Amino acid sequence: MRKLILIILLINCTLLYGQEPSGKAILERVDDNYTAENRRATSTMVIKGRRATRTLQAESWIQGVDKAFTEYLSPAREKGTKMLKMGDELWIYSPATDRIIKIAGHMLKRSVMGSDLSYEDYMEDPRLSNIYSAELSGDENINGRDCHILELSAKKEGIAYYRRKMWVDKERYLPLKEELFAKSGKLLKRFVINEVFKVGKRWYPKRMVFKDVLKKGDGTEFIIDAIEFDVEIPEYIFSKASLRR
Amino acid sequence: MIRFLIKGLLRDRSRSLFPVLMVSAGAFLTVFLYSFMKGTMDDLINSNAKFDTGHVKIMTRAYEEMADQIPNDLALLEVNSLVERLRSSERGMVWTPRTRFGGLLDIPDERGETRAQGPVMGLGVDLLSPESREKDILNLDNALVRGRLPRKENEILISEEFAKKLGVEIGEVATLIGSTMNGAMAIHNFKVSGTVRFGITVMDRGAIIADIKDVQSALDMEDGAGEIVGYSENMLYDDDTMLALTHRFNDKFSRDDDEFSPLMLSLSQKSGLREYLDLVDVFGGIIVLIFVVVMSIVLWNSGLINGLRRYGEIGVRLAMGEPKGSLYRWMIYESIIIGFIGSILGTVLGLAISYYLQYTGIDFAAIMQKSTMLISNVMRARVTGWSYVIGFVPGLVASVVGTMFAGIGIYRRQTAQLFKELEV
Repeated sequence: MRKLILIILLINCTLLYGQEPSGKAILERVDDNYTAENRRATSTMVIKGRRATRTLQAESWIQGVDKAFTEYLSPAREKGTKMLKMGDELWIYSPATDRIIKIAGHMLKRSVMGSDLSYEDYMEDPRLSNIYSAELSGDENINGRDCHILELSAKKEGIAYYRRKMWVDKERYLPLKEELFAKSGKLLKRFVINEVFKVGKRWYPKRMVFKDVLKKGDGTEFIIDAIEFDVEIPEYIFSKASLRR
Repeated sequence: MIRFLIKGLLRDRSRSLFPVLMVSAGAFLTVFLYSFMKGTMDDLINSNAKFDTGHVKIMTRAYEEMADQIPNDLALLEVNSLVERLRSSERGMVWTPRTRFGGLLDIPDERGETRAQGPVMGLGVDLLSPESREKDILNLDNALVRGRLPRKENEILISEEFAKKLGVEIGEVATLIGSTMNGAMAIHNFKVSGTVRFGITVMDRGAIIADIKDVQSALDMEDGAGEIVGYSENMLYDDDTMLALTHRFNDKFSRDDDEFSPLMLSLSQKSGLREYLDLVDVFGGIIVLIFVVVMSIVLWNSGLINGLRRYGEIGVRLAMGEPKGSLYRWMIYESIIIGFIGSILGTVLGLAISYYLQYTGIDFAAIMQKSTMLISNVMRARVTGWSYVIGFVPGLVASVVGTMFAGIGIYRRQTAQLFKELEV
C-alpha cells in the first residue's frame, strides 16, 4: 500500500514538474524582472524620424510603481527638461519658460520628445499583472530563444492598449517582442528587445526598439546605459519643487 | 408707333401694371441674389487668400497631402534661400513664409501655475522685417482692438474674444504648449502686445499671430516654415497667371520621387476653391434660368387673362380686317416695352439694395458660431458689370416669351364667328 501511495505521489510530482506555468505566473515573473523598490538609470533615446535622427540622454529615478522623475541631459534644447510622475498625475518642467505644466487628458496621448513613446506609456503601471489578465497561447523561437506567447487582455476600461501579445523568453523572463493593440484590434505599437544584460540576479533589456506603427519613421531605440536597483533615492526628488531645482 | 403703344399701356393700367410689377420683382431678385452671392464668394476667396492659401502657396509634397493636420514635421526647410530665389525670379509677386500651428495657450498666475488655458490656432508671419507686407495683407492695423502690433521678439497678437475668455490682459505672459517640428512638446513664452478682431469666426474664436522667427524658435524649426505664400503685386488674383506660375515653379523645383520637394498650388487649386468658383457660375445660371421659366409662365398666365379681358378689342380689330400676324406682333411690341420698363425698375432696385449691402452687409455672426470656414461674419453684396445686365435680359426675354405663348390664342379666333361673338 505504501509503495502504491509513493508511486502516485511520484507520478503527480512528475506531471506538475512537466506542466507549463500559467500565463499569470509568467507575467508576474516578467513584472518581477522589471520592477524594484527603487532604481536609477541613465538612458539614451535614439529617435529615427521621417527626416532626421535625434539622440537624447536622460537620467531617471523610479520608486515602486507610482513615482518617477526624469531629467533630460542632452541635447542642449532639451537639457533641463524634467518630468515627474506622482500616482496618476504627470508634470513637465520647461527650463526655457520656467513653467511647470500638468499633462492631462488628450495631451497624454502625445509623443514624449518626438519619440514613438507617449506620455500615456510613461504613466502606465509597470506591473502589467495589475492591469492585464494573461493567457498562455503557445511557444515560438525568437532569435534562437524559446519563448512563451502570452495574450494579455485589459482587466478594466481606460487602459491605453486593450490587448497585448507578448513573446516571453522562457529562461530569462523578458518579453523579447511585444505587440500592442487597440480595443478594435488595430495594431498600435510594436516593441522588440535587441540586447539584454544581467544586473545582479535579474536579466534586463539593454537595447530595445519601440515603433508606433501609425507613425512614419524607423522607430525609437531605447538604450539603458547604466542602471542600479534598490538604491537610495531622496524623497525630495519626487516633489514638484524638485522640478525647478 | 412706340408712343401709341406706351399711351395704350399707360391708359390701360391693368394691361401694364401687373406684368411690369412681375418683371420688376424677378429682375430685382436676380440682380440682388447674384450680387449677394458674388460678394459672399469673393469674400470667401479673399479671406482664404489672405489667411490661408495666398494667390499661390508652396509646401512640401508630404505636407500638402496632410495639410489639414498642419504637419509641421513635414515643413519646408532652407526657406530663406527659397524665398530669395523666388523674389529674384518672380518679381511681380510678394513672397512671404508662414507657419500655421496648433496647441494650447496657457496663462500662468503669479506662481507660474495655470490660471486659464484654451486651444489655439496660431499663425506665424513675418511681422518684424521692415520690408514685410504682412501687416497690410492681414489688415492688422484695422483689426487691432486693444494694445499695439508686435514690435519686439516674442510678442503676439491674440483674438479679442479669446483674450476675454482667458482673462488675459495686454502685457501678460501667455505660454504656447504645442509640438515642435520633431514632434516633441514645445513650451514657449510669449507676451501679449495687442488684441485683434477680424470678423471671421475661425480667426476670432481662438487665434494668435506671432512673428515667424519666434514661431521657428518655439517649434524648433530653424530656417523652416510650413508654407511660403505668394501674392500678385497688385493683390488681384488672376487664375491664368497664377496657374502658369505654378507650372513654371513645379517644373523647376518639384520632384515626384521626393516627398520633401516643394510643390506650388494656386488659390483655385487649393482648398477646393476652384469648385466654389464654378459653383457660383452654375448658381448664377440657375437663378437666371429659374427667373426666365417662372416669369414666362406667370406672364403667359397674365397674358391669357389679359386676352380674355381684351377679347372684345381683339375681336373688333380682327373684324376690321387687321391681320392676325400684325395683332400678334403688336402684342409682342407691348411685351417688349413692359419687359424693358419692368427690367429697368427691377435692376435699379436690385442695384440700389446691392450697393447698400456692399457697404453695410448682413451680420451672420449669431449663426456662424461653429463655422470652420474662413469667411467674414458680415456678408456683403458685390456689384459687378454683370449685376447691371443679369436681371435685365432675362426680364425682357420672360416678358416676350410669356406674351408669345399667350398670344397664340389670336390665331384660334374664327373670323366667321367674330360678329356673332361681338353681338354678345
